[in-house]
Amino acid sequence: MISDQQIEQVAGQIMAKAAIDIPDDYRRGIEDMAKWEKGELSCFVLKTMMDNWDAASEDRRPMCADTGLPRYYVKVGNDARLEGGFIGLERALRAATARATHDIPLRPNRVHPLWRTDHNNNVGINAPEIDWSFEPEVDWIDITTVHKGGLFGSDYRMLFPGDGIDGIKRFFLDTLIAFGKRGLACQPAIVGVGLGGSKDTTMVLGKQAACLRVVGDRNPDPKVAELEMELKKLGNSIGMGAMGFVGTSMVADCHIEVGFTHTGGMPMSVHTFCLSSRRATVRIHADGKTEFRGNPEWFTPYMRRETVEWPVKKPTTQSV
Amino acid sequence: MASEETNHPVRLKVPVRAEDLENLKIGTVVYLDGLIYTAREGVYKKILEDGGSLPTDLVSTSNVNFHCSPAAAIEDDGTYNVGGVTATASFRFSHWMADWFSLTGAKIIIGKGGMSEQDYRELFVPVGAIYLTTVGYGTGALLGRGIKDVKAVYWVEELGNAQAMWVFEVENFGPFLVESDLEGNSLFEQHNKLINANLEKLYDGLKAPALSRFGETDDRKDELI
Repeated sequence: MISDQQIEQVAGQIMAKAAIDIPDDYRRGIEDMAKWEKGELSCFVLKTMMDNWDAASEDRRPMCADTGLPRYYVKVGNDARLEGGFIGLERALRAATARATHDIPLRPNRVHPLWRTDHNNNVGINAPEIDWSFEPEVDWIDITTVHKGGLFGSDYRMLFPGDGIDGIKRFFLDTLIAFGKRGLACQPAIVGVGLGGSKDTTMVLGKQAACLRVVGDRNPDPKVAELEMELKKLGNSIGMGAMGFVGTSMVADCHIEVGFTHTGGMPMSVHTFCLSSRRATVRIHADGKTEFRGNPEWFTPYMRRETVEWPVKKPTTQSV
Repeated sequence: MASEETNHPVRLKVPVRAEDLENLKIGTVVYLDGLIYTAREGVYKKILEDGGSLPTDLVSTSNVNFHCSPAAAIEDDGTYNVGGVTATASFRFSHWMADWFSLTGAKIIIGKGGMSEQDYRELFVPVGAIYLTTVGYGTGALLGRGIKDVKAVYWVEELGNAQAMWVFEVENFGPFLVESDLEGNSLFEQHNKLINANLEKLYDGLKAPALSRFGETDDRKDELI
């Protein structure tokens, strides 16, 4: 039985980890980028970013003062038992958000869209968002928090099957160029691409691809994986680097997620995470043991399943 | 490109004097010491549109306006815990700047992403002001280290932590890059010109999508700010 109290406590811990400690995969990605970057100012920006990560970890202070829109992704094992049920879990995550905002401290970013009401704790109507997914045959829950800025760097477009890969490349370039100028997208960043689903699904998949997959991870479909690498290369060939200065360090990695879509359409979204890539995950086991990690492992084979049955039933051999 | 200047950081004492800014070229790395204050849409609206008054000693003690909200908490005993500070995008505030300059005498605006060269020429150059951009944008911990004290916070009840005016005492606060100099040159626009030269060939051979979109611009050399 997993208790609400424990959920609240560890959720507070991942809020701090996400805000303060740069994930290892992203740091390695940027260190690698820095080796190839020739632009003088882009190099200066990359170096300052790394200094900033060190300062944040040493002082235990946030890497970035813009908290973004802190939110959660929860994966619940099919055999997990929650003391307070789903309502208790949601309450615990809201309580952890309010407490972490004061204790870390994080900037209270969340306000009412019209009245600009600010509770100074990053909690409000529909905030923080909690996205749910499930995992068969396990009794743990995974909680991931993501702090991502929300003003620039994402876009959506309805493309059509005839637009093909050309259409995908054009929209990818359009988005990076539009928001990369002056570094509004806070690049270099992990770029997520959502393809398919309905319009809202397209946005969700692209966002999750950017925020919940790590540098170096590839889509299990080899052709999609190839397109990921191609788009990464394309983004880094624009000539625009860190902060929009001349250079090559734009895309730390590119992740594509797909969803079956309308037979006549090919909706696409592009999301840029940011140069602080703030995410952290904890797993709470049924016995109360906790494990913290940097890789959310959100897109499991179960999540990407194509068929009705799970586990996928092997076709039975028929005797002739 | 302003490569040689980036190797020689400059430290400026606030309030800055006119002559301090004379030799600053775009791309120069700058650190600040003294008092700086935050003001963004909440404060601009309150003072410039709703008839609010500036704190009495603001103009005499600081002429540096940071477009920023800190990651900071106000404790029950009235003390402050400042974690990090990072800038917010400045282009949204350009329509307030003329009035703000004339009311406050600000000489340095710090923020994210700068403003257009046209804004610099029309708004900044006539009053002898420059623009400093924060670096990377997410370098909140480095800037947080430079904050030595919170001198005052104004209108926090009314505007919330993020939109309130925070007055910080800072030391070796930076790094920043000179984005616009006293002539109104823009580092970002200089770089955009170089980047734009490459854009057309990126799209070579990629056919246009079947369905167009209404938009304010189709020219990728344009900026959206």
